[in-house]
Amino acid sequence: MTEAIEPTIHQTPLAEIHRELGARLIEFGGWLMPVQYGSILEEHRAVRERVGLFDLSHMGELHVDGPDAGAALAAALITNPPSLAVGRAHYSMICAPDGGIIDDLIVYRLAESGFLVVANAGNAATVSDTMAERLERHKAVLDDRSLATGLLAIQGPLAAGVLGPLTDVDLGALRYYAIADGAVAGIPALVARTGYTGEDGFEVFIDTGRTAQLWAILLTAVRSAGGLPVGLGARDTLRLEAGMPLYGNELDRHTNPYEAGLGRVVKLDKPADFVGRAALDRVARDGPARKLVGLTVDGRGIARHGHPVWVGDRRTGVVTSGTQSPTLGVPIAMAYVAPGDAEPGTVVDVEIRGARIPARVVPLPFYRRQA
Amino acid sequence: MVPTDLHYTKDHEWVRVVGDEATVGITAYAADQLGDIVFVELPDVGRALDQFATFGVVESVKAVSDLFAPLGGEVIETNPTLTGQPELVNSEPYEGGWMLRLRLADTSQLDGLLDATAYDALIAAG
Repeated sequence: MTEAIEPTIHQTPLAEIHRELGARLIEFGGWLMPVQYGSILEEHRAVRERVGLFDLSHMGELHVDGPDAGAALAAALITNPPSLAVGRAHYSMICAPDGGIIDDLIVYRLAESGFLVVANAGNAATVSDTMAERLERHKAVLDDRSLATGLLAIQGPLAAGVLGPLTDVDLGALRYYAIADGAVAGIPALVARTGYTGEDGFEVFIDTGRTAQLWAILLTAVRSAGGLPVGLGARDTLRLEAGMPLYGNELDRHTNPYEAGLGRVVKLDKPADFVGRAALDRVARDGPARKLVGLTVDGRGIARHGHPVWVGDRRTGVVTSGTQSPTLGVPIAMAYVAPGDAEPGTVVDVEIRGARIPARVVPLPFYRRQA
Repeated sequence: MVPTDLHYTKDHEWVRVVGDEATVGITAYAADQLGDIVFVELPDVGRALDQFATFGVVESVKAVSDLFAPLGGEVIETNPTLTGQPELVNSEPYEGGWMLRLRLADTSQLDGLLDATAYDALIAAG
């Protein structure tokens, strides 16, 4: 008989504060995280209309430094990090040799020879191990600072107005997908103009030990602007409306970037060879076996993860994420379908509890903020 | 304290019986646990339900939950307002958020339900 080993559930530095705020806590990616503080719909609307504050300290922060850091990352990832200017970032992925997605990432160039790679919480250990292997023969050092780093996101149309007075970083000069070293409320921080909500906003990286202090200051400022703390529940509806994929739903080890509609992320023309290149070259040439699409449900019912998608009597695919869109007021979903059924306007049925409910392929994203 | 004139299931439905007719909904506790309710699926009028049979689903932003008939009977009306305003289940779980009306098959089935005191104890125990 073997003894069951209890997996460690990590807690962010804010776990106790979330409890005091009345949050409902769930396990997500190996971390105890707030799913909602009050109403998911109100938290969602706060971010769309005003501003919301998120604890994202569960995310993985992997620093890669050294004279070959850029080259090493170019060989390890599907993007070309050496092409980034210092202070800029891009969306990336780490793939297996067969082209399957191990994780989706944001890569920030912090210095000429220094990069920050942000991984999903549930994949951070795997990404860290895989990158360590792939960096072995390069003059580059991987430092997994996931547990030493707190991450708060402030998102919404009022985010810049709320954060601006608290930081010495010139937010007006900080472009989308840029990052700057500075301080927020006197606390040393990296401030990035990135997010996962479809709104303008910032992600602030600080030391774990200062996270609670910064949260308190930011929450006061957010509340003064009519905003709310926001949990993972609204984070999920916000990213789904924005057409952003979630690892574990739209992306996984058995999915390649072309299927996910993210072929543009793969830099087949970069000088470096990289893990997955041969397989991804083939998909780029032959076309993906299935395609990720947006669906709106026209009949009564909400499409959910795992619901089959039909065109007539032919099963064409499966729903990966679905919810009632708080902003649009209709059920929305993302689904994989056969390439021939992926054109916007294609009429499909989603099978919901045994019933075929009419739906339609629509362009992604479902929601785009006004410029 | 939950309303004392109702009977309850362990699955957090309530039922109000008047003569041989009953009105059914879910409790404030259930609505709060589910969070913002965005969709309610109810049976067709005329359908016969056995006691504790699934009669529909209620969906919040995140979750899908089955609904169970507290008593057996024939569906004589469903709440038409919930199609456009499912949030009534959150805001008025015992009034505007009612789900269906039944003509009861056997009023003695009430013996298998919880009274307000017993239901209060159930939710207090978590």
